[in-house]
Amino acid sequence: MEEKNLICINCPLGCMLTVKMEKDRILGVSGNTCKRGEAYAQKELTNPTRIVTSTVKVSGGRDRMVSVKTKSDIPKGKVLECVRALKGIAAKAPVHIGDVIVCDVAGTGVEIVATRDVEVL
Amino acid sequence: MENYDIVIIGGGPAGLAAAVSARENGISRIVILERDKELGGILNQCIHNGFGLHTFKEELTGPEYAGRFIDQVKTLGIEYRLNTMVMEISHEKVVTAMNREDGLFKIQAEAVILAMGCRERPRGALNIPGYRPAGIFSAGTAQRLVNMEGYLPGREVVILGSGDIGLIMARRMTLEGAKVKVVAELMPYSGGLKRNIVQCLDDYGIPLKLSHTVVDIKGKERLEGVTLAEVDGRGKPIPGTEEFYSCDTLLLSVGLIPENELSSGMGVELNPVTSGPRVNESLETNLEGVFACGNVLHVHDLVDFVSEEAKAAGKNAADYVQESGTGGRDSVIRITTGEGVRYTVPETVCAACMDDRLTVRFRVADVYKNCYVSVYFDKDRMIHRKKAVAAPGEMEEIVLTKEQLLKYPGLETIHVKIEEA
Amino acid sequence: MSDYDVVIIGGGVSGCAAARELSRYKVKVCVLEKEEDVCCGTSKANSGIVHAGYDAAEGSLKAEMNLRGNELMDSLAKDLDIPFTRNGSLVICLSRDDMPKLKELYERGVANGVKGLKILNREEVLKKEPNISEDVYAALYAPTGGIICPFELNIALAENASANGVEFHFCTEVTDIKKQEKGYEVVTSQGVYSAKYVVNAAGVYADRFHNMVSEKKIHITPRRGEYCLLDQCAGAHVRSTIFALPGKFGKGILVAPTAHGNLLLGPTAIDIQDKEGTNTTREGLDQVLGKAGLNVKNIPVRQVITSFAGLRAHEDKGEFIIEELADAPGFIDCAGIESPGLTSCPAVGERIAGILREQMGLCEKEDFVSTRKGILKPATLSWEERAALIRENPAYGNIICRCEMISEGEILDAIRRPLGARSLDGVKRRTRAGMGRCQAGFCSPRTMEILAREWKTDVREVTKSGGNSCLAVGINKDAF
Repeated sequence: MEEKNLICINCPLGCMLTVKMEKDRILGVSGNTCKRGEAYAQKELTNPTRIVTSTVKVSGGRDRMVSVKTKSDIPKGKVLECVRALKGIAAKAPVHIGDVIVCDVAGTGVEIVATRDVEVL
Repeated sequence: MENYDIVIIGGGPAGLAAAVSARENGISRIVILERDKELGGILNQCIHNGFGLHTFKEELTGPEYAGRFIDQVKTLGIEYRLNTMVMEISHEKVVTAMNREDGLFKIQAEAVILAMGCRERPRGALNIPGYRPAGIFSAGTAQRLVNMEGYLPGREVVILGSGDIGLIMARRMTLEGAKVKVVAELMPYSGGLKRNIVQCLDDYGIPLKLSHTVVDIKGKERLEGVTLAEVDGRGKPIPGTEEFYSCDTLLLSVGLIPENELSSGMGVELNPVTSGPRVNESLETNLEGVFACGNVLHVHDLVDFVSEEAKAAGKNAADYVQESGTGGRDSVIRITTGEGVRYTVPETVCAACMDDRLTVRFRVADVYKNCYVSVYFDKDRMIHRKKAVAAPGEMEEIVLTKEQLLKYPGLETIHVKIEEA
Repeated sequence: MSDYDVVIIGGGVSGCAAARELSRYKVKVCVLEKEEDVCCGTSKANSGIVHAGYDAAEGSLKAEMNLRGNELMDSLAKDLDIPFTRNGSLVICLSRDDMPKLKELYERGVANGVKGLKILNREEVLKKEPNISEDVYAALYAPTGGIICPFELNIALAENASANGVEFHFCTEVTDIKKQEKGYEVVTSQGVYSAKYVVNAAGVYADRFHNMVSEKKIHITPRRGEYCLLDQCAGAHVRSTIFALPGKFGKGILVAPTAHGNLLLGPTAIDIQDKEGTNTTREGLDQVLGKAGLNVKNIPVRQVITSFAGLRAHEDKGEFIIEELADAPGFIDCAGIESPGLTSCPAVGERIAGILREQMGLCEKEDFVSTRKGILKPATLSWEERAALIRENPAYGNIICRCEMISEGEILDAIRRPLGARSLDGVKRRTRAGMGRCQAGFCSPRTMEILAREWKTDVREVTKSGGNSCLAVGINKDAF
């Protein structure tokens, strides 16, 4: 059995988690304040994922850029591929919060959505 | 001269939440004065996620979080003026402001809510020696360039200071194609949230060097590199530990300073520790009817707590306007700080004036492990709460209840301190 | 090849003062400046002091120029529409043992012709300046001492010279000077200029150009001075300029209000080799902060907003050299202009123009305009006037620099006027945008956008101070 230490990133509390593992199997999680800590530890040690936030250009808008995010978390290993895939993408104003900018980013099946409004110039 | 019940200085998260709360508490004549071209303040450039878990029970980006409040402000029909700079507020609460369209105008306010936020400490305040080339930016300036305007301020980056903006920018620069070589932190602990160290540095293999600082800056036109050195317990560089990093960009995330020039100009008394106004339980300053909330009051780590604080300020300002004055503030209890506690907000409390519950926020002075947060009512220890870890980078709070205080007539001092196990 | 009667090398305060004085005459003059703006060398990083004139030895050129410059400053500042305050200066003597040195200074001042000098006793000093050290024994008071903004002075001289026909060529670095049968060929990074006369006002580089044409060599050492600048909230800590008694550390560290209400501490004095060595050092800054406290108590050092270093052009003999070279006719040195160079510039300009007038038999122009209008500062107006100004030009209602409260209107004026600003520093020196407590954190993206718009270029081309000092190096994801 081995012990791994993690910091939960679910919320700003940043709980220090101790995870007891045997090979790839998680035996127990301690140090978490809420249930999400346990779920995080499970995921982080088996299939870590992240929400990715970035920017894409806007044409014809009052602003040059619009901020975007992956609609849900994507595998951690796909993060760089995801932002590379956004190179050269341009949204057309008007853009609204939640508008889908890319349907399936980097083969993750996850949408890229706008996180702010950009009005037409 | 125009007249408003409440004039709110600043349309960032604090100003927005205060406005919504004041309206919900019955005030109709409210105006928000915002210097930028849109509401939302600094949240508009904080495009990362992690906002709103507390307030909305979901994880939002900065602009989305601001958007929720902006929608409420618009739905409630609260007036606001953009691109408007407040030039001066008089002791009598006359606000002088200007913008392109209305020119220079004055508003007589019944109550004022100060919500101007904070600014970043510049390099000069640190006395970092070396040249003064292009390529040295405060982290927030770089954040604006990248996130709002789409320009990369540099390609090879060193970051000084592990405040949250610095950590967030380490990831942002990486994901926009720059190479972040190292984050150096003067203190033996990070000034930022732990989660940001994990997901902004560790995820990308960016080293964090604690107890390190920049001791030289090279480059006459554009930055060419910086020299880092380890520092001793007093923050002095240790000779022989210098290490050169070539880079074209140095981002500084070395602290935030509440922006209180307008406040001091009108006679608001400031606390030298927070650089923010001294306030009572109503978040009211020494000037009657002048309230403060958000980062102008003290620098927060979490916008959720800014919103919560601002909501209280908005309600209290509304009460002030409706009851025409705060008045009747006898038996004021002082909140004092002891070992390990740098400050508290508020600094005084009047049991008769407070709501049922009062959140007192504070920061610790050092990193403490397995310590206790203790609160004494005069000599009696009332709270003794165990903390596994307390660090200056993360704001702490205690809650006082009206019931508790009313049980202690004649109470003079509430003392907050850290007690080691 | 461009032909000029007079080529002035260097757009610092001496070169520009000479240019302005020469622009009174019918003569074709240009200024060659290696940087993208005037006021980029010694003139931009100094104490901003108009010295009374008791420091330099009796009978020296320094003393003469200092006194004359000081005397001319009021009318010059008025003509050029720049603020100048005679705030007076105090040289602090901390012990009775040092009184002979203070008296020596007094006597030298009197001999030099400084008016109104007075030795004040401890009580008189403390009454005048309550924040002077309790240890003060006496002080030399000079009512004619003053403060001026070196940027504004330098820029105003240049603008006025330009308005009167002097041409300015920027980013033009002189690489060689060749003696011709008549006059000189000045070889630069931008081509060759022919000149009947050359004025060498090249600051720390003046020895290089002098030695190109003369066998009688001179040698200039860059003497570095480091400074700390404090927030305006500390600006009223002292009203007069507070000097230490000159001792083994030279003139010592001064504490002075600046023309714009900040508090300035410095300079150190370290001789270095690098003529571009304007870096600050740990030791230097520590020395400034430590020594400033010897004469003035309770300096709020937490209010430091920036530190910087400047280089004084120290010639080995320690004297100004303002003369036509004996073995290089038509080549006029304006070399070794260290302190009190800023004070002296009106006199230096006058002296150089005098030399050339005689040599060349210059005639005055009928249409010389001696006045120049500065950038309109809305902060100096009443609220009513300001409201009217915004109605007329809404750009004055848009604040760009929140610390100094500088509007877009002022920045546009700085860019659009003759010899207008092309970089962030150019805007800063002309308007103070970016010079406040946040040190341009807030306004630089906004000013960059205005500069790009006005100069019709991309934001990525906008620089901090010309050359390779760009601020945005690319666009998001362009490296992917």
